Amino acid sequence: MLNPHPLPSEGKAFVRLLMRDLVAAFRHRSDWMNPLFFLLMVVSLFPLGISPEPQILAKVAPGVLWIAALLSTLLAVDALFLQDYEDGTLEQLVLSPSSLYLMVLAKVVTHWLVTGLPVALLAPLLGIMLNLSGDGLWVLTLTLLIGTPTLTLITAIGAALTVGIRRGGLLVSLIALPLYIPVLILGTAAVVAAVDGFAYQAHLSLLGAMLALALVLAPFAVAASLRISLSN
Amino acid sequence: MRDDAVLFSALSFQVEAGSITQIMGANGSGKTSLLRILTGIMPAESGRVLWFGQTIGKQRVEYGAALTFIGHLPGIKSQLTPLENLAWLAPEASVEACNLALRELGLSGFEDSPCYRLSAGQKRRVALARLYVQQRPLWILDEPFTSLDKNGVSKIEALLCAHTQAGGMVILTTHHEFALDSACVREVMLGTALC
Amino acid sequence: MNRLWALIKRYYHRLGSPQYFYDISTRFLPWLVAVSVLLCGFGLIQALLFAPQDYQQGQTFRIIYIHVPAASLALSAYLMMALSAAIGLIWKMKMAEIIAKVCAPIGASFTFIALVTGAIWGKPTWGTWWIWDARLTSMLILFFLYLGIMSLHAAIQNTQTAAKSTAILALVGVVNLPIIKYSVEWWNTLHQPATFKFMQKPAMPADMWMPLLIMMLGFYCLFVVLVILRARCEIIDRERRSRWVKELILATKQD
Repeated sequence: MLNPHPLPSEGKAFVRLLMRDLVAAFRHRSDWMNPLFFLLMVVSLFPLGISPEPQILAKVAPGVLWIAALLSTLLAVDALFLQDYEDGTLEQLVLSPSSLYLMVLAKVVTHWLVTGLPVALLAPLLGIMLNLSGDGLWVLTLTLLIGTPTLTLITAIGAALTVGIRRGGLLVSLIALPLYIPVLILGTAAVVAAVDGFAYQAHLSLLGAMLALALVLAPFAVAASLRISLSN
Repeated sequence: MRDDAVLFSALSFQVEAGSITQIMGANGSGKTSLLRILTGIMPAESGRVLWFGQTIGKQRVEYGAALTFIGHLPGIKSQLTPLENLAWLAPEASVEACNLALRELGLSGFEDSPCYRLSAGQKRRVALARLYVQQRPLWILDEPFTSLDKNGVSKIEALLCAHTQAGGMVILTTHHEFALDSACVREVMLGTALC
Repeated sequence: MNRLWALIKRYYHRLGSPQYFYDISTRFLPWLVAVSVLLCGFGLIQALLFAPQDYQQGQTFRIIYIHVPAASLALSAYLMMALSAAIGLIWKMKMAEIIAKVCAPIGASFTFIALVTGAIWGKPTWGTWWIWDARLTSMLILFFLYLGIMSLHAAIQNTQTAAKSTAILALVGVVNLPIIKYSVEWWNTLHQPATFKFMQKPAMPADMWMPLLIMMLGFYCLFVVLVILRARCEIIDRERRSRWVKELILATKQD
């Protein structure tokens, strides 16, 4: 009766963490709905602050939408690790026999499903508000679908490094924003190319390549950072 | 070390199966830090923690499967119900066992309400319920009796005794006076910092 | 082979010891300072007085004698920081952690100098103080990476945790550097016709690039001097409880 129980299979542990966090997220709606409202309001600020002229809006739309998506990803960062740190579940996760790499991946996937995916799905609506043309809307959604997971992975690195620091939210932004820049450049370039009628597949493949790189490497950095941050 | 101050040094002790080891010392003498070092979360400045002869760093997975750690924070998610939390913490336990554990600790009727509705003491009892349903050999507990009433305290004491009688090990810190047979409790005293 | 290995191990342990570093740097520092002052001074005189004017940019191009070494150092400092951070993380060498920590502010300062001199270079040519070309923008992002590392270090009280966390951040940054550089250059080609790259070094005859070489060497020596100076401060701070530091302080007090 007292033997250490057989180690749970890694795949099952991954799925269980995913389900647990999804259930917890759906019960705490403001965590993910607030960033969406933020996104909506920020996008509305641009016509008010710059100009309501359709041509100008159409020109700045790709950049504005991508930057707004980027900022709302940063806004939701506390839901990644900070809450778990504060209620003690993060140290339980680090102590558990399951591979921390996979646990981190599960947390990132849930976080993306709950914050990044809605942003990508909301994009067409926001694009219309900024007078983005049809082709552009479709490519915008695609680039956000591929790009927001990369953004979440990068944010996770920043979040893991700062999880033990009080008021570390701003620090996450300082750390993550320079690393977002390649994704931002590629994403907006793809949308602009689509709007101007040029080919955008190369941009999408490059975005995909970045996602693949981030998916493989980032969880290592995140797991290592979590162990370091918890070691105080 | 904490912030460049040596908390304790030249500490060495062995934990046998079927024993309760109580870490004692004044506030700030490093009891929690020692426990965290024993779990492997905190690296020791020098020295090693051995589990069955090998350092815990080398056998992280096995050690993790053999250890239950309950620290200051309850380690449960407040959006989930106690049953859901237990299902997450101890997936191998059956629902009946979880229900039984919760009832044993006086939480019957709360199994399905989200934990943010529970008081601090109740949350701690949910965390401790894990000890009933998950039979890992080594328990490291940091102040397990805080926020518990007399009933809860005696229940947990009984649980600790049962665990050690079955061959398990307990390492804990507490300010509480044990009502147990003090023969099976071994004390490790942390003195003031040596420099 | 065994003797070589033993030799490497001996130097590894000696180099990793902060006290050893402090002692040998005390001996070498005056020489290094002299060398860097000489090189920089000579280079500056050559650059400002003797190098011929560029036919296209006139006198303003002389700023490259500061801009190019500073930019080169900005990148080298980051690489050195990442390398020492990796060594400190993997082999837990204290000296490596110290070097990584001190490279950050020095590298950031050189990046800042590169940015400012780059802007000064741009003003007469473009009429504006700032231009979003590929090199300046990459420099700016490098500056942000430095700021991130310095802020993270400052925010963590525990020395070990700070060293390890910033090490991971430095490594993440180093992996991203080529990606950032590539995407910024590509972004720039999208938005600017590449007819005139004003940041290009003009094709240079010997009496133009000689001073540049001297300035580069001088700047690198200056960098080493600065790293040593800061590292010495950091060593004294970290080892303040150890006996040799206390004896050192007592010795200097008696002077």
